[in-house]
Amino acid sequence: MAPVSSRPSISKRLARALHYCAVALLIFLLLTPLIAFFFNAFSFRWFYPQLFPKEISLRAWESIVAANSKVPEALLNSTILAVGVTFSSVIIGLPAARALGLYSFRGKRVVEFLIISPTIVPGIAVAMGLNINFIRWGLSGNLLGVGLVHLVPVMPYVVLTLSGVFSNYNPEYEQQARSLGAGMLATFWHVTLPAIFPGIVVASLFAYLISWSQYILTFLIGAGQVITMPVLLFSTASGSNNALTAAMSLVFVAPSILILILTARYLSGKSSAIGGFGQL
Amino acid sequence: MGFWERWRIPIMLAPTMAVIILLFIGGLSYGTLVSLGWQPIIGRTEISLEAYQNIIFSEQYASVFWQGLLLTIWVSFASTFLSAVLALATALLLRRSFFGKRLATFLYQLNLPVPHVVAAIGILFLFSQSGLISRTGAQLGVFGFPSDFPVVVRDKYGIGIILSFVWKEVPFVGVIVLAVLQSLGVDYEDLARSLGANRWQRFRYVILPLVMPGVLSGSILVFAFTFGSFEVPAILGVRFPRTLTVTAVRFFRDPDLNARTEGMAISIIISIIVFFLVLGYMWLSRRTIRKD
Repeated sequence: MAPVSSRPSISKRLARALHYCAVALLIFLLLTPLIAFFFNAFSFRWFYPQLFPKEISLRAWESIVAANSKVPEALLNSTILAVGVTFSSVIIGLPAARALGLYSFRGKRVVEFLIISPTIVPGIAVAMGLNINFIRWGLSGNLLGVGLVHLVPVMPYVVLTLSGVFSNYNPEYEQQARSLGAGMLATFWHVTLPAIFPGIVVASLFAYLISWSQYILTFLIGAGQVITMPVLLFSTASGSNNALTAAMSLVFVAPSILILILTARYLSGKSSAIGGFGQL
Repeated sequence: MGFWERWRIPIMLAPTMAVIILLFIGGLSYGTLVSLGWQPIIGRTEISLEAYQNIIFSEQYASVFWQGLLLTIWVSFASTFLSAVLALATALLLRRSFFGKRLATFLYQLNLPVPHVVAAIGILFLFSQSGLISRTGAQLGVFGFPSDFPVVVRDKYGIGIILSFVWKEVPFVGVIVLAVLQSLGVDYEDLARSLGANRWQRFRYVILPLVMPGVLSGSILVFAFTFGSFEVPAILGVRFPRTLTVTAVRFFRDPDLNARTEGMAISIIISIIVFFLVLGYMWLSRRTIRKD
């Protein structure tokens, strides 16, 4: 083995410098669109060709908290939807995930295919088809109907994530708890839940993110009555108030980024749920 | 066999399957009926392919449909290809150990939870004629007026749409690739190196075959999503040509309820195209992987 020189060769140092430049460029390119939001959100009369806004202003933020602002209503609707969809999707998906993760049965592949298929078929075809019937059933233009439609893109990721957890799960612990006298609920609470908890966190993360970001399904089923953050943002973006659009975007993405940071330790790139990021 | 043993699995599957069958399959099937002209609300109960014929052949709709189809295919193929290639390159970049790797990886993933609506707006802020890039150019004396800056958003080639998708999807596919790379360690490469493989050979014959399944499964999702996406082309597109989803939603929202049939037919066509392209893509990728 060659003696380790205290100083790496020129070519190695050059390669390392190049690598740093490439990483810096990559991060710069990925962050600039986000930085553009901060520039716009605090700008006022930002004339061309000023690179930085000369007048820093809180006008956009003032109109977000103003009395006639629709942002509070939109935030409330988005939150109710996301929380409701997250809870119900996990409760609905948990038994199916257990069945798929623990047992093999006839027709399993068909069931799996059906559950995954909403990730491939575009939502607009489904929402348009449901639209007419939802009007008839009184599910159009209200939170319940919109929440139901949000379940369609959410279910595949919830079931996939949880079934992945159940495929590494040993149900014998439950039997042991039962034989020691624990009831069904106590067994679930003290044995099953702690074991699958990381999976539930990841499933909830994706359920929340997909529901929170959903525009077109809300738009088609909400029929203009259900104002959520993406719906409000979309209509604001069609106007020309860049500062307001930017400020609203920041309000809209902040909770998602925060929740992702808080739950990051449960996430791994190999989890099947990571595909959920492609659906936002 | 007792009742519970026999019916356990169907009962466990029932809630999820109810959602999938009633909402997903139900919505698609009813949508298909509507696209075939079945609209009892306005007294139409005959089944016909009229809407499809109209879209594909009629003077009124054909150019909107075919130009839209071309744009949609171009945008989704270009976005998927660029995202996959750049994801691979950037994942390799972030894989080596270097000072600040954790921070760089964190920043790389920062846009994952950012919804596509926001991504489209960000691209607009950057690339519009009076956007940040144009302003930077103006400061450097390259452009005098906003109109000197090339039209890259709200352009007829969908460049803004592609930029927006690529910005969103590179980290998405990249994270999947990074996870695969990290689980590999460096053993395989060391082995290949000790056998005399050079840098390119190690990449082509060791790393690429191992990460390819991840790249392909990620890009299937990217392709299906971009093909059916509405927000991004609606914000960053032009009036003509429009992508198929944007046209479908416009027709569907038309006050004239007859246009609804055409809108529904377009969205069914989108679903069929995506379904078969994804099937073909999976078949092709399975063959490619096996060959390697």
